[in-house]
Amino acid sequence: MSAVENKLRREGASTRRTQMRHLFQGWLAHHRLSAADSLARVLDHPFASTLTWLVLGIALALPAALTVALDNARALSDRWDSPAQLSLFLSGSVSADEAQSLSAALQQRPDVEHVAFVSRDAALAEFSVLSGFADVLETLERNPLPDVLLLTPVPGSDAAPALYTELAADPRIAEVVLDMAWLERLNTLMQISRRVVWALGSVLVAGVVLILGNTIRLSIESRREEIVVIKLVGGSNAFVRRPFLYTGLWYGVGGGVFAALLVASALWLLGGPVMRLAELYQSNFRLGGLGIMGSLNLVLIGGCLGLAGAWLAVTRHLRLIAPR
Amino acid sequence: MITFDRVSKRYEEGHEALSEVSVEIRQDEMVFLTGHSGAGKSTLLRLIMLIERPSRGQLIVDGQNLAKVGERGIPRHRRNIGVVFQNHQLLFDRSVFHNVALPLVIGGYEQREIGRRVRAALDKVGLLSKERALPVTLSGGEQQRVGIARAVVARPRILLADEPTGNLDPLLSAEIMQLFEAFSQVGVTVLIASHDLALISRMRHRILTLRGGRLVGTGA
Ligand SMILES: Nc1ncnc2c1ncn2[C@@H]1O[C@H](COP(=O)(O)OP(=O)(O)O)[C@@H](O)[C@H]1O
Ligand SMILES: [Mg+2]
Repeated sequence: MSAVENKLRREGASTRRTQMRHLFQGWLAHHRLSAADSLARVLDHPFASTLTWLVLGIALALPAALTVALDNARALSDRWDSPAQLSLFLSGSVSADEAQSLSAALQQRPDVEHVAFVSRDAALAEFSVLSGFADVLETLERNPLPDVLLLTPVPGSDAAPALYTELAADPRIAEVVLDMAWLERLNTLMQISRRVVWALGSVLVAGVVLILGNTIRLSIESRREEIVVIKLVGGSNAFVRRPFLYTGLWYGVGGGVFAALLVASALWLLGGPVMRLAELYQSNFRLGGLGIMGSLNLVLIGGCLGLAGAWLAVTRHLRLIAPR
Repeated sequence: MITFDRVSKRYEEGHEALSEVSVEIRQDEMVFLTGHSGAGKSTLLRLIMLIERPSRGQLIVDGQNLAKVGERGIPRHRRNIGVVFQNHQLLFDRSVFHNVALPLVIGGYEQREIGRRVRAALDKVGLLSKERALPVTLSGGEQQRVGIARAVVARPRILLADEPTGNLDPLLSAEIMQLFEAFSQVGVTVLIASHDLALISRMRHRILTLRGGRLVGTGA
């Protein structure tokens, strides 16, 4: 191969590279142009656009708010979750000594963390102080309360239900009350709620995509002539599609921002009352919100849904618009 | 440059708009296409642009058999062809500059290059001073010249025009035709459909005559 040929070949390769770079820059420039142009069009109709954003925002805010509510409920139930406690009400025939030895025996078990003995006298004293019925209780001839063992299973284990069945069969014990029962019910309820939120969320998300698809369809219709001209002078489908995809993106992102704002303002309105309620129960519980990441996620999800809706509309309708 | 080989076109719901058309147009030519309304002039141009496909026959444009150009190849094919329409087909919410720049934006040219070429094209059609104007503020002749600037801005090898002077008075029409002649002289293949026989027979170029979809005169 001659030196001249070599040189020509190198130059050929470098012009091709330059051409590729120019094409890439042109492509990038059109992305910038489409993004800016679409945004300008969206902002050119502030009323219609705000309405679209609000509709999308509400549709996105509902599942987001429900998720936040469930997260808060779980945070709340986690505080009570462990350790669960079993209250063993001893039968009247059991003496104080027998009660003590039962307590000691239970304390030895590997699945039991701790056993506290509350004698019937102690229970009555505490009750009269707490209830304010001291005067009434004085008049009673007999202490109506049984001895109670407060049993804490080893935390994290699922020992509580097994202990419950075993101890309920013990003749010395009149009644076992598992404080877990209502928590289990709460957990089941929350699982169901989570499913409902998912189902509701899917329906609303589908709604968002359809709303956006329709909005984009209208904007395609209103620019039908422009699309024809672009196709006539050699615009590819991708080129025609681009501004509409950006329009979808801007609607979706705006909807996400509105949704995040809606959730944040709802939490802000609820935050004060919840805090006062928590204080009444001597709890330092605070409402958790979406947080920065959650809000960004919401905006991101909005953007993706916007793109999806636009894609749907564009693939369906652009094909039908061709030069005649 | 453009070769029709026994090309026929039958629209789905109609009779044959073009029948057995065979003609060859060389690269350095400027050719007129004439005939009464409904003779098939627009159909012939639409076939070259791949807006329609032939029902029969073979069509070769710039060495490319159009039967081999798929849906995805159409945009690239059209970028090689400049088109001028009777009704201009301008974007009325964009400035003259943006209208003319459209083919370059589609072609992915750099911003600086776009500015340079658009101004050169506007200069050629004598509208450099109107680059910021909106098309509605222009006269019919000026709008048509914007359409011509857009058709030539990307330096296509072929220039098609469908009744480009249809709405213009004789003086303006003659000016427009002279513009096309100028492009022909720099090596662009020009094909103009027009039923204005008085105007085109004064110019010394080949005239193709269509009658009822058949080519009855090739002017050669
Ligand atoms: N899209 C179409 N569908 C059906 N028939 C058409 C269509 N376009 C044109 N035609 C018919 O084809 C014939 C040629 O039309 P056209 O090419 O527009 O003629 P010209 O441009 O010479 O006036 C006419 O009879 C016209 O009615
Ligand atoms: Mg016609």
